[in-house]
Amino acid sequence: MSFITANWNPLGEAFYRKTELYEMSWNLRDGLRDSLVAAAPYGGPIALLREPHRRSPSSRPQLEIYSASGVDIASFPWKSGPVVQLGWTVSDELLCIQEDGSVLIYDLFGSFKRHFTMGQEVVQTQVLEAKVFHSPYGTGVAIVTGSSRFTLATNIDDLKLRRLPEVPGLQGKPSCWVVLTQDRQTKVLLSNGPELYILDNTSCTAVCPPGFSPQVGNIVQMAVSFSYKYLALFTDTGHLWTGSSHLQDKLSEVDTKKTPTPKHMVWCRRPKSQQPSVVLMWDRLLLVAGVCGDTIQYPSNQFPLEDPCVLVGELDGVRIISSTNQELLQEVPLVCQDMFKIASMAPGALLLEAHREYEKSSQKADEYLREIKEQSMLGEAVRQCVEAAGHEYDPSTQKSLLRAASFGKCFLTDFSPDQFVTTCRELRVLNGVRENGVGLPLTHTQFKQMTLQVLIDRLVYRQFYPLAIEMCRYLKIPDYQGVSRVLKHWASCKVQQKDLSDDAIARAVCVKVGDSPGVSYSHIAAKAYECGRTELAIKLLDSEARSGEQVPLLLKMKRSQLALSKAVESGDTDLVYTVVSYLKNEMNRGDFFMTLRNQPVALSLYRQFCKLQEQETLKDLYNQDDDHQELANYYVTASYREKRLDSRLSLLQSAIDEYNKAKNEFSAKMTEDEMRLLRFQRKLDDEKGAGLLGLSLQATMEALLSLGLHKQTEQLYRDFRVPDKRYWWLKLMSLAEKEEWEELEKFSKSKKSPIGYLAFVDVCMKSNNKYEAKKYVSKVTPEQKVKAHLAVSDLEGAADAAIERKNDAEMGAILSRCSASDRLLIDRLNRARAAAAKK
Amino acid sequence: MAHSARRDSPELPDFSLLKRLARDQLIYLLEQLPGKKDLFIDADLMSPLDRIANVSTLKQHEVDKLYKVEYKPIVSTSDQLCFLIRPRIQTVKWICDVANADKAAGRFRRYKIIFTPQKFYACEAVLEEQGIFGDVTTDEWAFYLLPLDDDIISLELPEFFRDNFLAGDQRWVRTAGSALHLLHTVYGPFSKIHGIGRFSKMAYESWREQVEEGETKARQAEIGKVFLIDRDVDYVTPLCSQVVYEGLVDDIFRIKCGCVEFGTDVTSSDKRVKVMLNSQDKVFDEIRNEHFSNVFGFLSQKAKNLQTAYDKRRGMDIQQIKTFVSEELKGLKQEHRLLSLHIGASESMMKKKTKQDFQELLKTEHSLLEGFEIRECITFIEEHINRQVSMIESLRLLCLLSITENGLLPKDYRSLKAQYLQSYGVDHLLTFANLKQSGLLVEQQPGETLTVMESKVGKLVNDKAAGKLTDAFSSLAKKSHFRALSKKLNLVPKSDEEYDLRVPRDMAYIFSGAYVPLSCKLVEQVLERDGWTGLEEVTRLLNGHEFSVTGSSGGESRAKNDAQRIVLVMFLGGCTFSEISALRFLGRERGYKFIVVTTAITNSSRFIETLLDNHA
Repeated sequence: MSFITANWNPLGEAFYRKTELYEMSWNLRDGLRDSLVAAAPYGGPIALLREPHRRSPSSRPQLEIYSASGVDIASFPWKSGPVVQLGWTVSDELLCIQEDGSVLIYDLFGSFKRHFTMGQEVVQTQVLEAKVFHSPYGTGVAIVTGSSRFTLATNIDDLKLRRLPEVPGLQGKPSCWVVLTQDRQTKVLLSNGPELYILDNTSCTAVCPPGFSPQVGNIVQMAVSFSYKYLALFTDTGHLWTGSSHLQDKLSEVDTKKTPTPKHMVWCRRPKSQQPSVVLMWDRLLLVAGVCGDTIQYPSNQFPLEDPCVLVGELDGVRIISSTNQELLQEVPLVCQDMFKIASMAPGALLLEAHREYEKSSQKADEYLREIKEQSMLGEAVRQCVEAAGHEYDPSTQKSLLRAASFGKCFLTDFSPDQFVTTCRELRVLNGVRENGVGLPLTHTQFKQMTLQVLIDRLVYRQFYPLAIEMCRYLKIPDYQGVSRVLKHWASCKVQQKDLSDDAIARAVCVKVGDSPGVSYSHIAAKAYECGRTELAIKLLDSEARSGEQVPLLLKMKRSQLALSKAVESGDTDLVYTVVSYLKNEMNRGDFFMTLRNQPVALSLYRQFCKLQEQETLKDLYNQDDDHQELANYYVTASYREKRLDSRLSLLQSAIDEYNKAKNEFSAKMTEDEMRLLRFQRKLDDEKGAGLLGLSLQATMEALLSLGLHKQTEQLYRDFRVPDKRYWWLKLMSLAEKEEWEELEKFSKSKKSPIGYLAFVDVCMKSNNKYEAKKYVSKVTPEQKVKAHLAVSDLEGAADAAIERKNDAEMGAILSRCSASDRLLIDRLNRARAAAAKK
Repeated sequence: MAHSARRDSPELPDFSLLKRLARDQLIYLLEQLPGKKDLFIDADLMSPLDRIANVSTLKQHEVDKLYKVEYKPIVSTSDQLCFLIRPRIQTVKWICDVANADKAAGRFRRYKIIFTPQKFYACEAVLEEQGIFGDVTTDEWAFYLLPLDDDIISLELPEFFRDNFLAGDQRWVRTAGSALHLLHTVYGPFSKIHGIGRFSKMAYESWREQVEEGETKARQAEIGKVFLIDRDVDYVTPLCSQVVYEGLVDDIFRIKCGCVEFGTDVTSSDKRVKVMLNSQDKVFDEIRNEHFSNVFGFLSQKAKNLQTAYDKRRGMDIQQIKTFVSEELKGLKQEHRLLSLHIGASESMMKKKTKQDFQELLKTEHSLLEGFEIRECITFIEEHINRQVSMIESLRLLCLLSITENGLLPKDYRSLKAQYLQSYGVDHLLTFANLKQSGLLVEQQPGETLTVMESKVGKLVNDKAAGKLTDAFSSLAKKSHFRALSKKLNLVPKSDEEYDLRVPRDMAYIFSGAYVPLSCKLVEQVLERDGWTGLEEVTRLLNGHEFSVTGSSGGESRAKNDAQRIVLVMFLGGCTFSEISALRFLGRERGYKFIVVTTAITNSSRFIETLLDNHA
């Protein structure tokens, strides 16, 4: 414990500390000498290209990719052109910027993804220097060419090259330059001897930093802070100027008394920094120059001088990577200072002490506690312990701090445990990913900035699937965002394993993924298809629960039949329709119809559409299916749209043919009749202007009767074999309508009425002709006699008939019609009823 | 209805929320097209829209003129045209014509199509084909559900029936699923879902999918159980003449979107009157579920009560009269007005329905339901056709005959069909094709394969056994099994007992005690058994597709929670007012409250009309 401050160095009012992160696992024969090195911030991977300028094809340079802890991830011989600069994108992809201006992109595992070029003219002029930079828009690339021109690409995923204006008087490359992102603009700051220029899209402006005297010499090195807010300039006289990158304020100017140009120069600060500094590295010296003017020199025994190192600027410090180990140089956070400063009286420090005494079973523990409590600072003490634990890298220090916090918490009643619990969990996760094997040396501050989601993504990207899943479960992240996402990536990666059979992979994926929410099998299958494994894709699609999701991919894979049946299964008609219209364009007509034929749902859908949009297609469709019945119906429908009689008749004739083919003799016969009727109507229309065309048989006959064309009516009656009953009804109604009572009587006597005579009575009564009605009462059958009498309101007659028939119900019916004045009749009926009842 | 409800009857959820949701969304959509605009509305959306947002609301949102979609060239002078339509190809094509005509005339306008309740890919395909896809913007107005009354919600999609059950076009099924989803999000979660029928199952699955995709918030359920039923499970009920007051009003005057227009014969003045028919109308509320024969008596009693209420005025002092006028008189006046309307309507119906013809019609229907004196029924139908009584009614009777008798004998089928065609024209060949396809009117097939089987089997076993086998085989071949179902579920009460329509004993009262509607009987049985167990035989006869699923909500509060006695019954393909009355009766008897959700309110005429195919 007491050694915690051993590696602290004061700088102004603050302290700086250097913590070892890893003994590097790699084994580099030649160290980092003669190599291009790129290490990504946030504990990102390291890329190494040995002797990038060696051009002989016999011994190609080797490109190696390591994790931050030096674990080998990939390595392959570099076969393309000479590389000027390596860099990492925000999504951990490696950019290799070549002399000819082309940029090759590799993933973490060294597989080539794509490439782009920084402009055609660069092939001639060559890239002299390049820088990879990060901005809110993504990862950018800036180059300076042999013709001293700068070209920028702000976001390599949305490539827009910008050629910046010429810099006056610049020959070859500038002495140093940086890319700045300010006010949503990307600019280049460069120096040419003593001049300093800002290059933006339209202009090149000479600038002078405030308080920067020209006597201090030429600017030979410059560095911009992680947040692009601060700028450091180093001159050949050993002066270090620091200020805001807007060049409006000056922070300080330090004379380092070292005139050689430093190899690296990096800002070292942290959020809420007390004492920001610039870290400079020469071959044999590491110098931390604070803004206050103080410096720390890391002497040679603490620093492997023989070997070149790489400085990686982080959000809250600087990582120093050498061939043997890796260290984190950072300003000690204020809370840690309060905790561990010698003789600190901060409540947290006291609590830590109290807990230490408590573990020794010493009563001093109580004294310390009392002291804190007297100042009512116990809550604050616990908070300090927890916060400090977050900033410590060493697990045992974390533990002692957290234990102290937990101890202090026991004496508090209303203290929310949230912060404590969260910190414990997060530290556990951080310690997990800091492990040598994983190699993500994230600080708590970086972790907070990066967010858990991104951390999981990075783990997934590095294929640490089990760890990622473990973490999601441990942190109780909802499956949707956690475990499922990891599984999705795992499966997408799994399907690319070439050495496994389709079956094995499909099975493995299904077992692992099961039905985790949010994992889309169609997505995985799409991946498989991208890798050219169509069969596997189909197998995987089978597990997709939502059939709708399967369809687009199946179409893409040209499995249209399957796509159609899946679309139908989904019950989403829009989807079915999408497939149908796709097939319609893709297939020839015959195949298309055949396909539809096997899918009734799709077929009916398409038919519906055709009915409204493409009548002709509909006909073809029926033809293809030999669906004569529907075809005939189609012709019938069509005939009604036709105005001209002859075309109408010819359509009906086609309908008859089809009905015959469909063995539907009935419909054929009916259609034939219709044709006959139409011809008949036409003839009469021509002769008499009767306006019959298109009427039904019944209506035609009615019309004829009302025109008094009895002969023609009779002809229809015979020709169309109209049932007697219909004919009689028709004639009866028609005659009654025209009140041709004599005609009616004649007709009634023409032969025995097939509809009986009650109908005659009723019809006459409807025309309010009681007189005529009575004529037919006598002809009515005995069963209907009562009704007939009642219809003409002849109660007496009805009663006679009913009594004769001894029918109780009928007698009842008559009684209900009787009024009080029919006394006699009522008595008679009642007597008859009684008599009938006796028997 | 209220007076006879069981006291512990649960409260119905407030469905006016659905209207508010729809209105807010519509306003939002209209505001997406700022500035003055003319609005074209699909004819059949007019009445539903009126229930959601009236003209002044539309005007407030810069709708200048309102037009009905009439498939004719337009005369609007506005620079912005907004179309509020159902997603039908025909309408979209018309819009294309409008836009293309403008183009040809060199006129520039903005077009916006609002599809309700959703758009279909086919519509967009038409826009694309006609080359105006880029000229219009489209939107969806998710107006799925229109509450017609406290317990009736309609999707107002009459074409659902024809599209699904005749054309096999299932595009509306998802719409039904979405409607269910909407109800679930606002009033769920449901504890149990039962259903029967192909489309019910599909709608259920579509809903399930949507639930899985979206997030569900735990909330207090207001609707406990759900029952989904396809119209083709029970074709008999909608084919019967309605004799309950509300159904009868619908049959005779046609209730449109909860509103009926009474002619001069009812109002006994020279004005036609539009009346909203719902539970707000206290007079109507009390008679809507009554058998027609009771209505008159009830109304006259009511009139007497009203008179007494008026009569209170006598012998009042000034102060009392003042209170009377300010508090009671208005209510009485209102009641008076409604009462006289309903009396007028009843009279008008009475005139039509007590006629000899109607009685005989009912008698025939009842015989068909009972399976009695079928020959007489056929003769009656024949005469019905011959005398041209009614194109629709004749078809209705034919369908009823076919369904109850498992199809017509070939001889009857042909002769009746021929007669019908003579009466109403050969174009009805297509109507018959439709009826055949939907299984409503079919010819009994002389099962050839069966006869071969029978003869073979017959040789093996003795005659008696063979006879039984033949029965078994023939029942296998039949599609509709109305008789067997009727027996199994006791749908037709024994006719020898007197049925007192004043004090209904069961749901059969809605058909004068002659028939318990199959659909409602199924609801009753399934609720009683909490599933389909014990109904295996019935579901087999109905061609299966039944399901029962326990929902997501916890079971512990099930017994106590009032919501568990709120049952949502969803009819896919329409339901009749009689069925609603029957369910209300069932609810009163068993302490449930039913909410009826239907794709549309139907009755026998609408039902048959949707299947017509004459191109007059």
